[in-house]
Amino acid sequence: MITETLLKYSTLAVQRPDELLYGASPLPLACGLGLTIGAGQVFPEVNFTLPAMNIESGTWPDVVAHYDEMASQILRRAVSLGVPGIVLEFELLPPMTDHPEWGAEITAVLKRQLVTAHEKYHLSCALRVTPTDIRDQQKPPLMRTGQPWQRLKRSLELCAEAGADILSIESIGGKEVHDQALMYGDFSGIVFALGVLAPRDMSWLWAQIGEICAAHPGVVSGGDSACGFANTAMQLAHQKMLPEVLAAVVRAMSAVRSLSAFEQGAVGPSKDCAYEGPILKAITGRPISMEGKSASCAHFSPVGNIAAAMCDLWSNESVQNVRLLSGNAPEAYTELLAYDCRLMNTAARAPGGALQLRNWMVASDEWLSPQAAVLSPDATIRIAAAIVTTDTPYHRVIAAGRAAVQVLKDGVAEQKLHLSRKELQWLARIDEALERFPAEEDALLVDLEAQYGSLYDKASYGL
Amino acid sequence: MAQSKELFEAILNGDAKRAHAATEMALAEGAEPMQLIADSMVPAMDEVGKLFEAEEYFVPELLLAGRAMKSAMELIKPLLVASGQKMAVRIIIGTVKGDLHDIGKNIVASMLEGSGFEVIDLGADVSPEAFVAAVKERQPHIVCMSALLTVTMPAMKTTIDALSKAGVRTQVKVLLGGAPVTSQYAKEIGADGYSENANGAVGLVKSLLAVA
Repeated sequence: MITETLLKYSTLAVQRPDELLYGASPLPLACGLGLTIGAGQVFPEVNFTLPAMNIESGTWPDVVAHYDEMASQILRRAVSLGVPGIVLEFELLPPMTDHPEWGAEITAVLKRQLVTAHEKYHLSCALRVTPTDIRDQQKPPLMRTGQPWQRLKRSLELCAEAGADILSIESIGGKEVHDQALMYGDFSGIVFALGVLAPRDMSWLWAQIGEICAAHPGVVSGGDSACGFANTAMQLAHQKMLPEVLAAVVRAMSAVRSLSAFEQGAVGPSKDCAYEGPILKAITGRPISMEGKSASCAHFSPVGNIAAAMCDLWSNESVQNVRLLSGNAPEAYTELLAYDCRLMNTAARAPGGALQLRNWMVASDEWLSPQAAVLSPDATIRIAAAIVTTDTPYHRVIAAGRAAVQVLKDGVAEQKLHLSRKELQWLARIDEALERFPAEEDALLVDLEAQYGSLYDKASYGL
Repeated sequence: MAQSKELFEAILNGDAKRAHAATEMALAEGAEPMQLIADSMVPAMDEVGKLFEAEEYFVPELLLAGRAMKSAMELIKPLLVASGQKMAVRIIIGTVKGDLHDIGKNIVASMLEGSGFEVIDLGADVSPEAFVAAVKERQPHIVCMSALLTVTMPAMKTTIDALSKAGVRTQVKVLLGGAPVTSQYAKEIGADGYSENANGAVGLVKSLLAVA
């Protein structure tokens, strides 16, 4: 056995589908300036980025001015709409992580805006800061050593010092293998990436992030996202480049690697683009951020409503600072999120209201795509239960995959989910592949050495 | 003839081992390398492209077919070189400076390679200087650039400007792709073409160079 990851969860924090509700987590999180997430209300999490422009020393004052303007306008709109709380997310762009002091400078600018809004308007708020995982600058990527990792670590530290309340990352360990495996539809490579490499990297990385947070009182270790894995698959499926059933099964399996952050002490909220969030919430009881219909500024998703069904923060993913009729896009999307949240919170104040609204959001999407089918509360609990009843990330990924396949097969058998002939062929192929894996990951590692061995650095994964 | 059909089928089904064996057998039986390309390989890849367009194939089937084609080409290439016949079109591809996203670029690269083109993949976060150096050194016919972030799109223009400044812009066709890129943007910055997907990129390369 070569597993080096710590497995903390062996039971579910939320046992029944009907207990998985938006705005309510068994373990709410107090953070930032008077904000408690997951304690009965959903708050907007607004994410914003630059318009098309170069990021370099010469344009830096303009870059900073954009962020200052975006934060100011977002908070102005939030205050005028009376939101009960808000999270701003600053996702660093690669040059801002490459130059850690740049990311820290913007973090400080955003925090100043939040402090002002809190002092002036008593707005409960928090700042999530997400440095870019830049460790894949060379091939094969070095995850634990080298300049990119040093700069990433420095970026996390400086952003924590500069005022981040929540640290997150969209980590990319295992992606170098997953990308190729996904492109070729090679299920062995996908399982290897999601069940062996990614959890090993995340366990190591999130232990480091935990240490940085511990050294900066008030900064919490948030959560990760399988964006580079499951969202890549989801987008490729949307473009008809990959089967939707493959993307859906990858989504379920990706929860195992995202769970590794929590195994290493993350307390949530998980990242907004982690559509696998409900599975994490069911297992950990920690609050999650989600995005769906109000993130259409950033990308398509077939889970626009169902994604909101179990969220604690509701996000727009990312929007550029461009002018619209109603103002700049970030403040316009703040309004969109504010109204989404207001409706959810109003429903939650009525007896049984949260469950009813949640069920409508689920019903509107659940059987219209395989991706949505694996993210319903029922499917979430089935997949989450499969994960916690197995003993290594490798076994967990296979168990999650099998559970997701069964959800899809049941949907087809009950004539709720309608799949094309090609999709059905792929579902059968995935089902078959999941039954053929070796009992232990050591054997898989040997099997795949010739095919993938040159793509990843073994030492980066403790192998 | 039987081996030619076998090769066609092997590529269509993405079976690299079978394609390699069929090619080996056909060559042993005296088939002309160029004939195999014209009668089996190109028609097979054309059929694969059509199946993809018709949503019968996904990218994995497409890439496996390309891999099968490549395994056949491994046997044919040395024979073509030895007989002095023209080799494949050469293409340089990379994700522009500041952008680490590369799966879309990788799919395009694999599909171009599978279609018989020689592809030199410069990777992600490629500086304009690196594109220029590669063009000077490798003398490609085509340069493909990809960007996923709106903030890295300007690096496409910077790269085209750098190619012009280095005096090599007219030697190559420049093609763009990536989620935020549009054909309008490609025109504005002086590129020769844009494709919104990988299969379209293959077609674009063929049409620009009038390759069968």
